[in-house]
Amino acid sequence: MTNEIEVSLYVLVLAVPLGLELVRRVSPLLHTPLMSLTNAISAISVVGAILVAGAGNSPALSKVLGTVAVVSSTINIVAGFLITDRMLKMFKKKETGGK
Amino acid sequence: MTDTFWQASYIFAALCVVFSIKWLSSPVTARRGVFAGELGMLLAVVGTLLRHEIVNYQWIAIAVIIGAAIGAPLAYLMPMTSVPQLTALSHAFGALAAALVGTAEYYKDVAAGDPTTGFKMGAIVIESLLGYLTVTASVMAFGKLQEIVPTRPMTYKGQNIVNLLLFVFATFLGVWMIMMPTPPWVFPTFTGLSLLFGILLIMPIGGGDMPTVIALLNSYAGAACAAMGFALENRLLIIAGALNASSGFILSVIMCKAMNRSFANVLFGAFGQAQTGAAAQASTKPVRSATPEDAASILASARKVIVVPGYGMAVAQAQHKLRELTDILTKKGVDVRFAIHPVAGRMPGHMNVLLAEADIPYDRLFEMEDINPDFGETDVALVIGANDVVNPAARHDKTSPIYGMPILDVDKAQTVMVIKRSMNPGFAGIDNELYYMDRTLMLFGDAKSFVGEIVKELGKV
Repeated sequence: MTNEIEVSLYVLVLAVPLGLELVRRVSPLLHTPLMSLTNAISAISVVGAILVAGAGNSPALSKVLGTVAVVSSTINIVAGFLITDRMLKMFKKKETGGK
Repeated sequence: MTDTFWQASYIFAALCVVFSIKWLSSPVTARRGVFAGELGMLLAVVGTLLRHEIVNYQWIAIAVIIGAAIGAPLAYLMPMTSVPQLTALSHAFGALAAALVGTAEYYKDVAAGDPTTGFKMGAIVIESLLGYLTVTASVMAFGKLQEIVPTRPMTYKGQNIVNLLLFVFATFLGVWMIMMPTPPWVFPTFTGLSLLFGILLIMPIGGGDMPTVIALLNSYAGAACAAMGFALENRLLIIAGALNASSGFILSVIMCKAMNRSFANVLFGAFGQAQTGAAAQASTKPVRSATPEDAASILASARKVIVVPGYGMAVAQAQHKLRELTDILTKKGVDVRFAIHPVAGRMPGHMNVLLAEADIPYDRLFEMEDINPDFGETDVALVIGANDVVNPAARHDKTSPIYGMPILDVDKAQTVMVIKRSMNPGFAGIDNELYYMDRTLMLFGDAKSFVGEIVKELGKV
């Protein structure tokens, strides 16, 4: 096993329990926004998509696939964050005014 | 120099992702959480664009514009009731990206005349398998929630065996690719099997369980991202992907718990197979129905009212009328509270969002455990568009498919009023004995106009 992979595995085993802990504390009230937020974050795959689409040494097929991947991950990012924001705006309004 | 820049921006992006989830744990900091997430994403994208291997910006720019042009209207035009569907759809796109990157990586290595094997290939195999199956599974989940695909569980004999064989075959191909360079047909076959597997996985699951499934698919998409991180030696992807995988997983566990069902039961249980019989025989029993005038006078003379809103309320867009009703009753000195079942709406917290949209005060909403003991001393329980979450069969009828699910004890209230369009059974397709009780009044009609009429009646008095 190379050093690179070893470090990556350390990163993985630290990130997994961190995710469990962070979400365990989220109030049930916010589960729906949380779901759409994590949905948006899963679009971090845009990084891989850009690397494949934009790299000079990619063959044509990979470039095409990468570009399509950029389109679809952008849809995920934009839709995910906007809908989360739309939901949370309502919570916000509630707290300041309303009562 | 440029290397330092993108590395630094990746580290900040990872930090933003962690804080984004952390801040979302409280309504006070939630919006900051979204901002952190957006900032993290921006840093990740800008950092990547500045890497020296990126030489081709034109297509990326066009792709981003197209993606944004599709994503933004999707988020703004979908009504709030459709959040679960939208999340499913958005998922399908995200997973597609992960899967395509895996495919692109595979062919890039093939073209370079250096067929990958070993560790990197393992990462690509996992990424593609999870990515492609999440694509079709998400589309199926979307279809079931949108009711394009039949929401009833679809089962056939030997289903689990077929799925298992398929999975074994896909795993075999995957291992083959990891061990040695393979003939050209192997990767496309593997892709096809993964896509098919996603469909078969969702088919036997009923529409009512889709939210749990979406949370789980979120977890798969995250795992695919983490695998991509290993394939591309990109630690930002590993961190964000792993966070996603574990948070999606724990969320689906929490949701299963709320329904008192095990994970295996949701995935393989074919929820609600024996319902047709029960629904058919029950529909002939007599029910008591009432007019808006009756309902208004009962409500006006009540001291304590608990409203139980369900998805049907949201579909009818009755939440604003409901707020008017709450206001007018509160003015008359009636104590009005809302009981929120953990799975009210179609996702945990979905109902809170919908009621918040209508400006119903936060402190009037109560979780199931907190309000259940109070039903005994409540004059009126007003059930609007909820069904399975108030079905007493869950407490005592061992043959009922929802047996064991925690429910709101509305049947303990002095009077139960149920606003419902017709006697059709709910989303899970199960008949509800609550409707046939002597103390239950059925208010047949569209939730929005019915509540509106009650408000009008109350205004006259």
